[in-house]
Amino acid sequence: MSIAIAEHIKGIPRSGIRDFFEIVQSMSDVISLGIGEPDFATPWHIREAAIYALERGRTGYTSNLGLPRLRRSISDYIQKHFGIRYEPLSEILVSVGVSEAIDLALRALLNQGDEVIYHEPCYVSYAPSIVMAGGVARAVTTRADEGFILHAEELEKAITPRTRVLMLNFPTNPTGAAMDPEELEKIAAVCVKHDLVVLTDEIYSELTYEGRPHHSIATIPGMRERTVLLHGLSKAFAMTGWRIGFACAPAELIEAMMKIHQYSILCAPIMGQDAAIEALDRGEQSVNGMRREYEMRRNFIVSSLRDMGLDCPSPRGAFYVFPKITSTGLSSRDFSLRLLHEKKVAVVPGPAFGSGGEGHVRCSFATALDQIKIAMVRMAEFCRELKA
Amino acid sequence: MDAIIDLLQQNALMPRSDMARLLNMSTEEVEAAIAKLEADDIILGYKPVINREKWGTEKVTAVIEVKITPERDGGFDRVASRIAKFEEVQGCYLMSGGYDLLIIVEAANLRAAAAFVAERLSTIDAVQATATHFRLKTYKENGTFHHFDVSSERLSVTP
Repeated sequence: MSIAIAEHIKGIPRSGIRDFFEIVQSMSDVISLGIGEPDFATPWHIREAAIYALERGRTGYTSNLGLPRLRRSISDYIQKHFGIRYEPLSEILVSVGVSEAIDLALRALLNQGDEVIYHEPCYVSYAPSIVMAGGVARAVTTRADEGFILHAEELEKAITPRTRVLMLNFPTNPTGAAMDPEELEKIAAVCVKHDLVVLTDEIYSELTYEGRPHHSIATIPGMRERTVLLHGLSKAFAMTGWRIGFACAPAELIEAMMKIHQYSILCAPIMGQDAAIEALDRGEQSVNGMRREYEMRRNFIVSSLRDMGLDCPSPRGAFYVFPKITSTGLSSRDFSLRLLHEKKVAVVPGPAFGSGGEGHVRCSFATALDQIKIAMVRMAEFCRELKA
Repeated sequence: MDAIIDLLQQNALMPRSDMARLLNMSTEEVEAAIAKLEADDIILGYKPVINREKWGTEKVTAVIEVKITPERDGGFDRVASRIAKFEEVQGCYLMSGGYDLLIIVEAANLRAAAAFVAERLSTIDAVQATATHFRLKTYKENGTFHHFDVSSERLSVTP
């Protein structure tokens, strides 16, 4: 018998990354620059705190919104690093990674057929999450020659009477783009004018380079009441497997998100929540150390790719470079597949991240330097052989 | 400068061209900066980190707490430098707390280490007392782990 799958799920394509992953998995000795998570293990003091919590028998459910103690730590952390205060008891929800928080926010906000605007290239889950929440996904393509930032004019062109939500992700996976405050203010003005809610995924906010600070749209006057600030521990604290994210938003929206969370997830795992308290309260030095390391690798990979003749702007944030490979005469997919088969280096083809990704590949520098060095030597050989 | 020292502390043999790429500098600039650190006696030397178990050497390492009587002129410095000059002494530190000098001694074998303490160290007039501890096993030295127990099961491609 064949089981009938719901129509709206059938229509969602498999992630392009998943296909590529399966090819890579079937090969041995591949150096992968395709990994979207830190190569560092979670800093020891955080792991040690989690072990201590387990030893004390902290293994039960928590409040649906998350441990009150963790929500206080989140509130303090966000106030210190973002310059905006959220009430721990009513304006913060701890989720299973930012991905769950995105899903909760979209499901709490969208009626069938409401439109959500997001910028592409982007993280692979945005469009499917919108569709699964009953919304209509509208992509605005950002351009390489403009540093992949979102322009207010482009945003405004995409707005229709059904548009309810704008999703932002700066610094951006996969492009490393970041927005200056002046540009964000223009975006904010459009959101106020058209009464849009903003979901801003700021998971890479700690990982900005050259000493430039991160700016959140939530801090712009008039935005706090219409913004869901999404953040988590995965990237900056190297805690992907702990699955801890959080949403900061006005109380009525947190309450609505909590209803969905309560019936579908109940709560984020307490082990991760205990570890997150230690990370947020005492993890700053670890984060700074990892940021310095990423910045050096970024410098290394950018200069190596440029030496190969590839057009590669230096990313302002996150841990990806998104070089243009059109000078090789290959499509993103052919470039990635041939590089994988001929040199055993895995990069992710740009179109996996949506429109505007063609002509690019994503290389992660969340990989140990000795691996990056070998990968760069092999990629340089590959590019030389293409020209010959 | 700090960034260069950090990199040298991780791996003093890292090619200078790699350091240059990491730090957005030219190779010549990195070489010049290191030369200056050496000339200014900020960098005093480079040593390998050795796994003695694998090396199979008979050498032993002792950590010795030493109580000394400071001198009216020069405090601990003259006695400390007198002790530090022995070839066996690999490290010599003035400490706060229950004793004055902490010295690290490497000797050819246990007997040689004992002889150093009994015949050289304890016989110095200013030395009041010593307590000798022998190293049994090294887990981490100069930031380098000796016993690796790290497994990574990262997926090879993730979004």
